[in-house]
Amino acid sequence: MEFLRPATWEEALAVKAQHPSAVPIAGGTDVMVELNFDRRRPDALVDLNRIRELHEWRIEDDDTVRLGASVPYARIIEALHDRLPGLSLGARTVGSPQIRNRGSVGGNLGGASPAGDAHPPLLASGATVEAASVRGTRLIPIDDFYLGVKRNALEPDELIRAVHIPSATGPQQFAKIGTRNAMVIAVCSFAVALHPHTRDVRTGIGSAAPTPRRAREAEEFIRAELDESGLWTSGGELPRAAARRFGELVAGAAAPIDDVRGSAAYRRHALAVLARRTLLWTWNDHRATGRAAA
Amino acid sequence: MAGPTTPRNLSAVSAPGRDGIGASPPRPDGILKVKGDFAYASDLWHEDMLWGTTLRSPHARARIRSVDVSAALALPGVYAVLTHEDIPGSKFYGLEIADQPVLAIDEVRFHGEPIAIVAADHPETARRAVARIVVDYDVSPAIGPVEALDPERYGHVHAPADYKAHASGNIVHSQHVHHGDGDSAEVRARADVIVRGEYEVGMQDQAFLGPESGLAVPAEDGGIDLYIATQWLHVDRQQMCPVLALPPEKVRLTLAGVGGAFGGREDISMQVHACLLAQYTGKPVKIVYNREESFFGHVHRHPATMVFEHGATRDGRLVFVRAEIVLDGGAYASSSPAVVGNAASLGIGPYVIPNASIDATAVYTNNPPCGAMRGFGAVQMCFGYESQMDRLAAELGMDPVKLRRLNAMEQGSVLPTGQVVDAPAPVAELLRRVEAMPLPAAAYRRTGDGVDLRELPGGVSNSTHGEGVVRGIGYGVGIKNVGFSEGFDDYSTARVRLEVINGAPVALVHTAMAEVGQGGVTVHAQIVRTELGVDLVTIAPADTRVGSAGSTSASRQTYMTGGAVKSAAEAVRGTVLARGRRRHGWTPDLVAGLRLVDGKVVDRADAVVADLVDLLGDEPVDETVEFRHRPTQAFDRLTGQGFGHVQYTFCAHRAVVDVDVELGLVKVVELAAAQDVGKAMNPLAVLGQIHGGSTQGLGLAVMEEIVVAEGRVRNPSFTDYLIPTILDTPPMPVDVLELADPHAPYGLRGAGEAPTLSATPAIVAAIRAATGLALNRVPVRPEHLTGI
Repeated sequence: MEFLRPATWEEALAVKAQHPSAVPIAGGTDVMVELNFDRRRPDALVDLNRIRELHEWRIEDDDTVRLGASVPYARIIEALHDRLPGLSLGARTVGSPQIRNRGSVGGNLGGASPAGDAHPPLLASGATVEAASVRGTRLIPIDDFYLGVKRNALEPDELIRAVHIPSATGPQQFAKIGTRNAMVIAVCSFAVALHPHTRDVRTGIGSAAPTPRRAREAEEFIRAELDESGLWTSGGELPRAAARRFGELVAGAAAPIDDVRGSAAYRRHALAVLARRTLLWTWNDHRATGRAAA
Repeated sequence: MAGPTTPRNLSAVSAPGRDGIGASPPRPDGILKVKGDFAYASDLWHEDMLWGTTLRSPHARARIRSVDVSAALALPGVYAVLTHEDIPGSKFYGLEIADQPVLAIDEVRFHGEPIAIVAADHPETARRAVARIVVDYDVSPAIGPVEALDPERYGHVHAPADYKAHASGNIVHSQHVHHGDGDSAEVRARADVIVRGEYEVGMQDQAFLGPESGLAVPAEDGGIDLYIATQWLHVDRQQMCPVLALPPEKVRLTLAGVGGAFGGREDISMQVHACLLAQYTGKPVKIVYNREESFFGHVHRHPATMVFEHGATRDGRLVFVRAEIVLDGGAYASSSPAVVGNAASLGIGPYVIPNASIDATAVYTNNPPCGAMRGFGAVQMCFGYESQMDRLAAELGMDPVKLRRLNAMEQGSVLPTGQVVDAPAPVAELLRRVEAMPLPAAAYRRTGDGVDLRELPGGVSNSTHGEGVVRGIGYGVGIKNVGFSEGFDDYSTARVRLEVINGAPVALVHTAMAEVGQGGVTVHAQIVRTELGVDLVTIAPADTRVGSAGSTSASRQTYMTGGAVKSAAEAVRGTVLARGRRRHGWTPDLVAGLRLVDGKVVDRADAVVADLVDLLGDEPVDETVEFRHRPTQAFDRLTGQGFGHVQYTFCAHRAVVDVDVELGLVKVVELAAAQDVGKAMNPLAVLGQIHGGSTQGLGLAVMEEIVVAEGRVRNPSFTDYLIPTILDTPPMPVDVLELADPHAPYGLRGAGEAPTLSATPAIVAAIRAATGLALNRVPVRPEHLTGI
């Protein structure tokens, strides 16, 4: 196995172009497990740890966070919990403190496991993945990024440089199910983000389909419900029946399987509960914030 | 970074004049382990050593048509590829029945069974070589515990011609216990209420953190030196010698750093494989399992199905119990017979019941072999009988603790085996104490505008902010035997040497006791300080140059090897005082009252009569003693009667849980325990044992299970085999009783296992209280709680 250590981003792209089968490694929290368990024996590893900019983030003019691919979860929780509350909640549930010190969103996206905790908040936020190769840079909308189980839209010569995440303009939530109270892989997970300026609600489902995915019917339902009842304007209480229906539609959007972590039926049930609860939390937060502003 | 180190300055942990029995000196390995500096067996290294790797079966049951190792042997860097054909001696081993092939012979009987072993100059090379071995399998459907009971239809795990256990068919061992009038029609008629329940316990794993590892070094005399993480050096050797065709004196074992055991190291794993490779190549060979292989490399806790019937009078007096237990022993016997003996003899719990009929059976299946794990047959039963006590209390409309206390055994009670309990058995008192402890604060705390997620079911997964959360409280109490039972010649050897070094008296303790984290080395030093009045005690490495210390299991080491160290120290003291008698003409009466304190010989009035350094001079005193507990008897095969157990130990738990009833997630809020330990030799270590055992019981209650489907292990990783994290581990107040057992050294009682028993049923009872569900299976899964 070759171990390639580019010093700059340009070098990294050149290396990846020369070795399209090389596996990028940053925190190593996924890749090293696969190597140690003998599940993967790539010809080459591209170590991205020398590339400083991948560990950095900045706020763009449009208030979007440009998050370097290697920024560890611990840093997201610490520095970005206000701007990216959904992603921070997801980050908080990733592995152990040691894993959160090393693991990053770039790794979650590169691995594209349906169980990755970053995916649902990225879907709910409407993030964009910045992929690059010697051929140039592409901005891939998150909705188009996940193609199948552990498959994403990257070309073999591409690397993830950053992910662009709009700063939250409304409350966001993330919740997941695991059969212990910490350090657990998702049985299923759900994220919801309110976007009051566009009167939009976006969602993300994790670990309950071959890919992370949005619950579009649920989003359309709740958007219409909020519009028609004038709740965005009135700031009134969300009817429980609406929240319940939203939950059912989220469960309906999932395509879970039975596996050692949980049954398909339980995943659907749990998603309905999580979606109902998190929607109510976000809406109640939104109302509270509105009142505070008024 | 500095490499791993072994504990140094073992004697330096003691402060002068302190740290005898009843004190809590720190353990010598504690800080090293916390800092990551402790040298485990996986850290062993030898110049020119090779790495051993194992080819394991991907199938649970298959004939092996052929094994082709040529491609593996052709790989540069490979020194040996061995199959059963290369074994110089016996091809089988086993703790109680030698039925397990060292390497598979023409067939495999469980997923993960070793078929071939490779030695190469690099672990990666060894792994690649294993991948090049071609095995042609003829796969058959696996025999599970249900199929096992019908061999005519589903076949035999061990062909009748190869069968080695005492029973027949697919039965490894069975034991009936008949007490009073059993469950006869007449007895049943005496019961006003009868409750029946069927219960199931899943396959728990010991999940020790240090995987199996060791280093075998060929010696010039044609023998082998093995450095190994194990629970019992001498029984490893006893099983290996016939395989290696070497006499015991040529197979020398030294204990390497052990990263937990809990029963999982009682059977041999890679020991004999490493020795075979070292013997064949003439080079040192190291084998280290990774986490996944570790799940295949050791036995697990027996899964159990249990049917109980409890009959009682309207006022809550137990009239009879009928129990039928089937334990899944997996493909090989391991310690199944002894587990069956425990299940049968301890199957009604710590209660006085005039009539009982109990049948316990272990079956051979094509599931992973099961054997010793903390609680050893008593854990499964405790979940069954305690669930029944709650069911009976509900049926009678009676408080469950009151029902338990009403029927609790005490000193003088007769067990279903006919054995009279001849030491304190404070079962009712333990229940009273645990019930009287203050309850934790009501529900989760709302903090300002939010909640502390860590206090809620689901924890930081953020699945509830209080919605659906219901609190429940439950109780459990159990009975566990201490030491090896049923007539086994259970003994421990200890050597104690006392000499003057640099002008101070120094004691050396040498035993073969495996320190697996239980704290035995700390207690040995405490015993010697108390008995010989010295401050400086050195613990020699455990090895086979001294006699057997028996296994570090069955809660027996403080009793047994502690007892041996005490006896050896007494022998040393006797020799020292005899020297004084000869030298100073002390009268027998004076000698009878002499003690060794702070390096002096003192009389009854605490007057110093001699200095220990002077008495010793330059002649060390060195005594080796074998210590035995009082003998036990085998249980009668037909009636289960007999003085089968040495000592009993009891623990009671109260669990408080919060359950998210909509999502089926559980947070154990508090797990309070009360336990009688006879004498707390090291109170801090006792607390550690009770906390650890309780937590392992918690794991079984709500998360720990090896999932096996058609013989295949589906979750051999810590990603999917979940053990409690610190966030799952609640505050655990402990009330320790010290009622001396007159038969035991210092009156002590083995402490390590009892808490593992009652934690599980207490937690499940609390979940039942919160949900109103029957919950007949552990671990309880979210699916069970949501009915989905």
